[in-house]
Amino acid sequence: MTREKKLYLSAKGVTKIFGLGRQKTLAVDNVDIDLYEGEVVSIVGESGSGKTTLSKILLGLISQTEGEIFFQGVKRDINSHAKKREYWKNIQAIFQDPFSSYNIFNKIDTVLLDCINMRGGRYFPREKKIEMMTEACSFVNLKFEELTNKYPFELSGGQMQRLMIARIFLLQPKILLADEPTSMIDACSRATILDELMHLRKEIGMTIIFITHDIGLAYYVSDKVYIMEKGRFVESGSADEVILTPRHDYTKRLLSDVPKIHEEWDLSTV
Amino acid sequence: MKHTLQQIFRSPNFVVGFSIFAVIILTVLIYPMLIPDPPLKIIAQGTFFEPGIYVNTYDTFSAPAYTLKLEGADSKRIASKLNDEDRLAMQKWLVGFGIPENEIDIQNTEALLDLWNTNFDPSKRFQGMTNADRNYYIRLNNSVQGLLSTAPAIIAATDETTGGLVETDRVQQSDYINVSQVSNVRILPLGTDNFGRDVLTELVAATRVSLMIGFVAGFVATLIGLVLGLVSGYVGGWVDDGIMFITNIFTVIPSFVLLILISFSIGQDKRGAFTIATVIGFTSWVWTARAVRSQVISLRNRDHVNLSKLSGHSIFYIIVNDILPYIASYVVMAFILQISSGILAEAGLSILGLGPRTTEVPTLGLMMNWAMIYQAHILGKWWAYFPVIITIALIAFSMNLMNTGMDQVFNPALRD
Ligand SMILES: Nc1ncnc2c1ncn2[C@@H]1O[C@H](COP(=O)(O)OP(=O)(O)O)[C@@H](O)[C@H]1O
Ligand SMILES: [Mg+2]
Repeated sequence: MTREKKLYLSAKGVTKIFGLGRQKTLAVDNVDIDLYEGEVVSIVGESGSGKTTLSKILLGLISQTEGEIFFQGVKRDINSHAKKREYWKNIQAIFQDPFSSYNIFNKIDTVLLDCINMRGGRYFPREKKIEMMTEACSFVNLKFEELTNKYPFELSGGQMQRLMIARIFLLQPKILLADEPTSMIDACSRATILDELMHLRKEIGMTIIFITHDIGLAYYVSDKVYIMEKGRFVESGSADEVILTPRHDYTKRLLSDVPKIHEEWDLSTV
Repeated sequence: MKHTLQQIFRSPNFVVGFSIFAVIILTVLIYPMLIPDPPLKIIAQGTFFEPGIYVNTYDTFSAPAYTLKLEGADSKRIASKLNDEDRLAMQKWLVGFGIPENEIDIQNTEALLDLWNTNFDPSKRFQGMTNADRNYYIRLNNSVQGLLSTAPAIIAATDETTGGLVETDRVQQSDYINVSQVSNVRILPLGTDNFGRDVLTELVAATRVSLMIGFVAGFVATLIGLVLGLVSGYVGGWVDDGIMFITNIFTVIPSFVLLILISFSIGQDKRGAFTIATVIGFTSWVWTARAVRSQVISLRNRDHVNLSKLSGHSIFYIIVNDILPYIASYVVMAFILQISSGILAEAGLSILGLGPRTTEVPTLGLMMNWAMIYQAHILGKWWAYFPVIITIALIAFSMNLMNTGMDQVFNPALRD
């Protein structure tokens, strides 16, 4: 831990207000976050606490009402399509709901081909592209031959989400934002997907922001934990610190809400 | 996609609507091949000939004659010349003349005519008999002369040298001709209009033109509405504000009023069917634009759009590939509605006399306009306007049926 780590992504005073007038929602409230190279950081909070909104701001998919985002030490500039494209080579995401992450009119091959194109492989020969897609699929234990030419609705939720990991495998971004990637998946596939995600992290050395409502899960996967309540970070620190010695009431409540899982993870990991 | 098409064709509403529409389209396409007359050609001297089969009288003389002995043929002939009303009138005259009413059997034609022929005197006047009555009796008397005669009618031609008449043929009362052997027979299923044009031929041509007007108007309206809705919904910001400003202006001015003003200012000479169609399209895109915009706004923050952005696609690519397919079914439905409302708008304009100029092609609206100007509805000439109304109603009905059918497939909330 002595080695100086590079600061990848940081947010200063980020605030997001949706709507106008009386309909105003303060979704993210003056949030600071620092993300260093190679870390896995969890953001934990109940649903509606603003996690997805914050992640979309970090991704540059929506703009913040106030505050600044710094990428690799300099203020992020994504004001043109080319700059956005460049930024998204570095930062990628897996969304909460795999069923709505796919364009239902496109064959799933398109999703993977888009990644190859984005990494400069547009003019690769067909065989090379197929080889790359096959490799990515087999990384998440899917068979490309069985998936090719299929439409998203022909896949299960678990398969869809694994394909999203295969997508990240092809893109090799520096940072991955995983927004509750297992919350919409059946219990059986959950562990597999988490394993594959962690495997991928080792494989390509990614930095991960892991968003979850499950504090036990956060403890299991992350180095650092941010606890989010109503748009604010109420507590943060290393995973051990926050989860073993919670100071804030909200954190304690989150911990007591999932006692079984907490104990389960506790037993298996301590 | 294939799946959706199957589903659409399983919806009874759509199938019924589609069948009606297909019949209309097929008629419009096939009829001109069978009867290639120009639709606006004046064929009749006189106005509003009744629907029916018109057989050339002259040609019937040269057609081969067949003798048929048919039961009741004579009484039919007599009835057509001497109907019950005439019989009652005769009775009235005879009673006035002084013959007791119980001695007159008006159903016995022979006895009645005997009585009439012996007693009728055109110079006689009774109390209360008007001049018109007198003339009527004289006419009646003339028409019943020779009614019971069984002698043949003689056809004669003028001899060129002597100038006298020479008998050429005799037509017996039991003579028949086969209509298919008459060289000139014209069926006018819907009669003729005020100008003496064949209404059916005109109606088919008008339906074709009106459908084309509907398609062009629908296409223009849908295209403008779609492009503006997509851009304003997806791009947002000041672009959205600008487009919505224009849209709001068009919303507060009733489109039909705008349509009337524009058609009026174009002027009669420059108003072709195509111009009218374009103008209709230009005034009716507002609702499509609004609906598309609100759909796009709900789509643009979906995760599949976000994923497409993260994959580095351009705005244009995303609009075409990730937004358009999701609203395509809706746009098709809007297009169908625009077609039928375009046809109705043309009809409305033409009834006001602001439709396409009248010299080139008929449209459904123009036919209504003519029927109205020449008072077909007052004169009871139903064939000049009723078929037009039915056609307009059928087109609108079939399009709306198709639309509800598609709505049931595309809108899960309506599925039963
Ligand atoms: N596009 C939006 N427009 C208006 N309000 C929104 C929008 N997205 C999220 N919100 C509101 O912001 C708050 C935070 O939502 P979200 O970030 O999705 O929370 P989480 O991901 O933690 O469940 C919620 O109250 C939600 O209703
Ligand atoms: Mg969320």
